[in-house]
Amino acid sequence: MRLKIRHTTRYRFETPVKYGLQQLRKTPKSSHQQSILSWRTKVENGRKELSFEDYHHNTTELISFAPGATDLSVISEGEIELTDTGGIVGAHRGPAPLWLYLRDTAHTRIKTGVRGLVRSIGASPDLEGMHRLAAGIREAVTYEIGASEPNWSAEDAIAAERGVCQDHTHIFLACARDMQVPARYVSGYLMLDDTTAQDAMHAWAEAHVDGLGWVGFDVSNGISPDTRYVRVATGLDYAEASPVSGTRIGGTGETLEVQIDVAQQ
Amino acid sequence: MNDIENFDEMWGHDGALRPAYRKFHDWFGEENPSRLRAKQREAEELFRLTGITFNVYGRAEAEERLIPFDIIPRIISGAEWLRLTRGIEQRVRAINAFLHDIYHGQEIIKAGRIPQEMISRNDAFVPQMIGVSPPGGIYTHIVGIDLVCTGAGEFYVLEDNARTPSGVSYMLENRETMLQMFPELFSQNRVQPVQNYPTDLRRSLAACAPSGGTDTPVVAVLTPGIYNSAYFEHAFLADQMGVELVEGNDLRVVDGRVAMRTTGGYKPVDVLYRRVDDDFLDPLNFNPESQLGVPGIMDVYRAGGITIANAPGTGIADDKAVYSYMPEIVEFYTGERPLLQNVPTWRCSDPEQLAHVLDNLGDLVVKEVHGSGGYGMLIGPTATRKEIAVFRKKLMARPGNYIAQPTLSLSTVPIFSRTGLVPRHVDLRPFVLVSPEGIKVTPGGLTRVALKKGSLVVNSSQGGGTKDTWVLED
Amino acid sequence: MLGKTANGLFWMYRYLERAENTARLIETGQRIALTRLTDGEGEWVSVLQSAGALEAFQAENDTVTKEAAIDWLLRSRANPSSVLSCIEAARHNAKMVRTALTGEVWEAVNATYMKTREVLARKVSERDLPAVLGAIRQQTALVRGMTHGTMLRNEIYDFARIGTFLERADNTARILDVKYYVLLPSASSVGTSLDNVQWETILRSVSARGGFRMEYGAGAGPREITEFLVLDRRMPRSLAFCVGKMRDNLRYLHKGKRTPLPSLKQVDQLERLYLSHDISAVFEFGLHECIQQILDHLGQIARQIEIDFRFYE
Repeated sequence: MRLKIRHTTRYRFETPVKYGLQQLRKTPKSSHQQSILSWRTKVENGRKELSFEDYHHNTTELISFAPGATDLSVISEGEIELTDTGGIVGAHRGPAPLWLYLRDTAHTRIKTGVRGLVRSIGASPDLEGMHRLAAGIREAVTYEIGASEPNWSAEDAIAAERGVCQDHTHIFLACARDMQVPARYVSGYLMLDDTTAQDAMHAWAEAHVDGLGWVGFDVSNGISPDTRYVRVATGLDYAEASPVSGTRIGGTGETLEVQIDVAQQ
Repeated sequence: MNDIENFDEMWGHDGALRPAYRKFHDWFGEENPSRLRAKQREAEELFRLTGITFNVYGRAEAEERLIPFDIIPRIISGAEWLRLTRGIEQRVRAINAFLHDIYHGQEIIKAGRIPQEMISRNDAFVPQMIGVSPPGGIYTHIVGIDLVCTGAGEFYVLEDNARTPSGVSYMLENRETMLQMFPELFSQNRVQPVQNYPTDLRRSLAACAPSGGTDTPVVAVLTPGIYNSAYFEHAFLADQMGVELVEGNDLRVVDGRVAMRTTGGYKPVDVLYRRVDDDFLDPLNFNPESQLGVPGIMDVYRAGGITIANAPGTGIADDKAVYSYMPEIVEFYTGERPLLQNVPTWRCSDPEQLAHVLDNLGDLVVKEVHGSGGYGMLIGPTATRKEIAVFRKKLMARPGNYIAQPTLSLSTVPIFSRTGLVPRHVDLRPFVLVSPEGIKVTPGGLTRVALKKGSLVVNSSQGGGTKDTWVLED
Repeated sequence: MLGKTANGLFWMYRYLERAENTARLIETGQRIALTRLTDGEGEWVSVLQSAGALEAFQAENDTVTKEAAIDWLLRSRANPSSVLSCIEAARHNAKMVRTALTGEVWEAVNATYMKTREVLARKVSERDLPAVLGAIRQQTALVRGMTHGTMLRNEIYDFARIGTFLERADNTARILDVKYYVLLPSASSVGTSLDNVQWETILRSVSARGGFRMEYGAGAGPREITEFLVLDRRMPRSLAFCVGKMRDNLRYLHKGKRTPLPSLKQVDQLERLYLSHDISAVFEFGLHECIQQILDHLGQIARQIEIDFRFYE
C-alpha cells in the first residue's frame, strides 16, 4: 500500500521570538516494512541548522526561529510504500543495547499502579502474553479523547482509568518492562478509514519478543500495526520520540495549529 | 621526626634521608626559621592579591577562601616518576577504550568481565552518547588520577577523575610562587617544569577539533560562571591558553555550529573545554531547568560540528562502583597486567561484601558511590562509636550507594610549622592530557596535604592545604 | 572579543570612575560644610543629588543629616552608587573579564577591593574621613595607572576608556544640572569673585580649582567656569573632553569596518549640536536646557553602545 502524507504545524506567538530552537523527529524511518519514496520538510520563518541520527536511529533535525518571528511553520510531506509484516519490525539494531529498553523514565515509572495491573493481567513475556497485556490495558484504561494531560505518566492514567494513545502506550511500556520485556514508544501516522484529515499523530508500542525481535502493539485500537501504520520515531517514551521539542526566548502567547493528511494513493 | 608506622617521603621508614630530599635538606639546614615564616606569610599575601581563591559551596561571593599553601616542596625522584607515569598512561588508555566500548558494542559486558547492572543502573551512563565517536576517538581529554603513596615507589589509585578534574591552576600557581620566593632552590635542584601545561592543553584541545575545520581551531573554556567554586581556575586556564572564557549565555547555535557572541557578531567555536557538568550542559537534551548550558549543543556535537572536552558521559568511567573493576578494565583493553594498583574495594551492593563491611566498620573507610569532596564518608578508625552507629543505619538502608576500603597508612611529607618540620599525610593528583598524538603526564601535579596532625582528609573544603610537587631530573 | 567581555570592561571602568566621583563629592561636601558659617544640611541635599542618590536616600531616611548622607554615599549597600557598592561591582566585573586584563590591573583592582572593604568595614568617623577618602582615591588611581602602564592599546582598552569617559561626562553633567542656577548670568550679582562658595563647590567637585586658576586667574566668574567645564578640551573632566575621548575610542573600534556605527553617529551628533559652539551660544540656548539635552544624549549613547557591541544579545 502506498500512503501520501502531509503534516503541517504552525506556531503563532503574541510577542516575537528573540531566539528559539526546535528539535524535530518527523522523518519516517526506512525499514523493510516501509520504504520512503519521497520525503521533505520545509520550514517557513525559520531555518534548518543541522540534522543527525540519534541513538534510536531517528532522523533528528534542529531548526531555529528567524529572529523576531511571530509565527513558524514546519511542513513535512512525502510518500511511503508499506508492506504487511503482521506488526513485526524485526531484529534489534544496535549500538543501543537491548537492556536500555528496560529502563524506566518519568513517563513510564513503575509503581504500585503498574505492578498491580501486571499482576491482574497475569500475562507471560511472550508474543501471546504481549497481546493479552495490550488487551488488558485497554480494558482497564478507557480510551477517551482529551482525557489526559500531555505530561501524564503511566501511573497517572492507570489511576484515572482513562487516557489517549500516548497513555496506553506508556502503560504498556511500563508493564512490559516490569515483566523484563524490552519495550519502546513509537510515534507515527495512522491512515484512518473514514477521513484523511487528522489533528494529531498516533502512538503505539513495540516490545522485543524472543525469536521475533521488535513487534508492534497498538493498544488503543487493539491490533498490531499493518500497512496503515507509518513508523516515524522511536524512544523510551514520548519525550524521546515526540515530533517536536523546543526552547525559546521571547514568544509568549503560543497558539498551535496542526494539520495532518494521510491518504491512500 | 618520622613516624614508625607511616612511610615518610623525606625520611623513609627508618629515618634515613631519602636521596631526592638531600639537597633540599642541606638548604633547609642553613635557613633561618624566621625568614621562612616571613616567606610563608608573603606567599599567602601573594595568593590573596592574585585572587587564587575558591568559593565555598552554598555561600555568597564574599566567602572567597584561600587554600593554605605550605612552602615545603614534595619531592619525587625522576626514576620513581617514570614508573608512575607508565602506570598512569596505561590506565588512561584503558579508560578511553572502556568509554568507547561502553558507548558502542559493550564487549566488556558481553565478555562477562563487568556486570551489566554496573552500567544499566548507573546515572553516569549517558544514552545520548551511544554510537558517538568523538574526533580522534578521545572521550577524556583531561584526566586527573588521585594517588596515595604507602611506601617507596608504592602508589595506589584512590580515584579516577574523568569528568572535569580541577586543581591544575594550583599546581601552576604553587610552582610560580615557589620560583618567586626561593629561586636558589631551583638552581640547586633540577626540577622538571610544569609551566608548559597551558600550552600543552591548548595544543591537545586543538588537535581534537572536528575534521574539516581551519588550521587554527577556535578553542574556548565554558564556565558555569563567576560564583562557581572553581571559577578562578576557569579564568586562569582561559587566560593562560589565550582563549575566550564563555558562559552558556554567550553561546548559541548559529548556522549549524555552536558560536560565541562577540562584539562583531557570532563566531563559531571548534573545541569547547567545558567545566559544566553533563546534566547542565544542554537544557534541550538534558536537564531542561539548566541556565548554565547551551540549548542544542548536543545536537551540534552529534552532527560533528563541535568537540566537547571532556565528552559527555565520561563519568561512567570514574564512578566509584566502576572503580572497583578497574583492574579488570585495564586488563581487558590493554591485554597487560595493571601497573598501578587499586585500593582493595568492597562493593556494599553485594550482600556478602556488605556483611564483611558491617563487621569491620571501625577499620574501614566507607564512601558514597557518587560522592565527592570528602562529604558523606565514614573514616572508621577516627570515628566515634555514635558516628559509626549512625552510619551503619545509612549503609543498611541503601547499601548499593556505598563502597568500602581499608584505611591505608598514607605516606607523610614534612610541612613547615611553628616548631619546624612536622609530618603530615598527603595525596597526589597528577594531570594527564590525551590527544591523537598521545598521552602526556605533566611532571608534578597537585599535592594535597591534611594540615591537622594525624588527619587523613586532604580536601580543601575540609581544612586541607596544598604544596608544590617536584619531579627531579635524575 | 566577547560581547559580555566588552560589557564587563565598560562597567568595570564606569564603576571605578563612579566610586572616585562619589568620593570626591563627599570630600567637597565635607569641605563646604566645614568652611561655611551657616548650617550645611542643604549642601548635603545637593551632594546627594549630584551623586544621583537623593531619591533612594529619601526613601530610606526621613531627614538629611551629614552623618547619614556620608554613610549612604560611602558604605551603604542599599545605594548602588555608594563607594563600597561601586568598588564591589567593579571587582565583580573585573573577575568576569579577568582574561582581558593584565595581571597587574587585576591585582590592583583586587587590592582596591580589599582595601576599600577594610576601611569601610565600619562607620567612618569625621576624624578618619580624610584618610579614608585619600586611601580610596589612591587605590583607584593605582588601577588607572596600571591600566595606562600595562594594557595593550586594543579594543579591550577602548571599552575601558569609553566606560570611564561616559561615566565622567555623566558625572560632570549631573553636577552642572544640580548647580546650573548659580552659573546663570542673572546670579552673578550674588558674588563676583571666586570666593563665591557655590562656584568653589562646583570646581572642587570636578578637581578643577587649580586648573581653573591657572587658566583664568582669580578674577573670572560663572561664564568662565561654565566654559571651562563644558567646552574646554584641555580640562580632563569637561564635557567636551570626555565626549571627544568617547568619539576617539569608538572610532578606533570602528576602524576598517564598512557598516555604520550608530553609537559613533550619536556621539558625533552630541558634539556637533552642543559642544562645538562658543559659550555664549550655550547660554543663549539655555544652560539648563543644554545640560539636560547632553544628559539625555549620554543615556542614549550608553544604550546604543550596548546594542552595537552586543553586550547582552
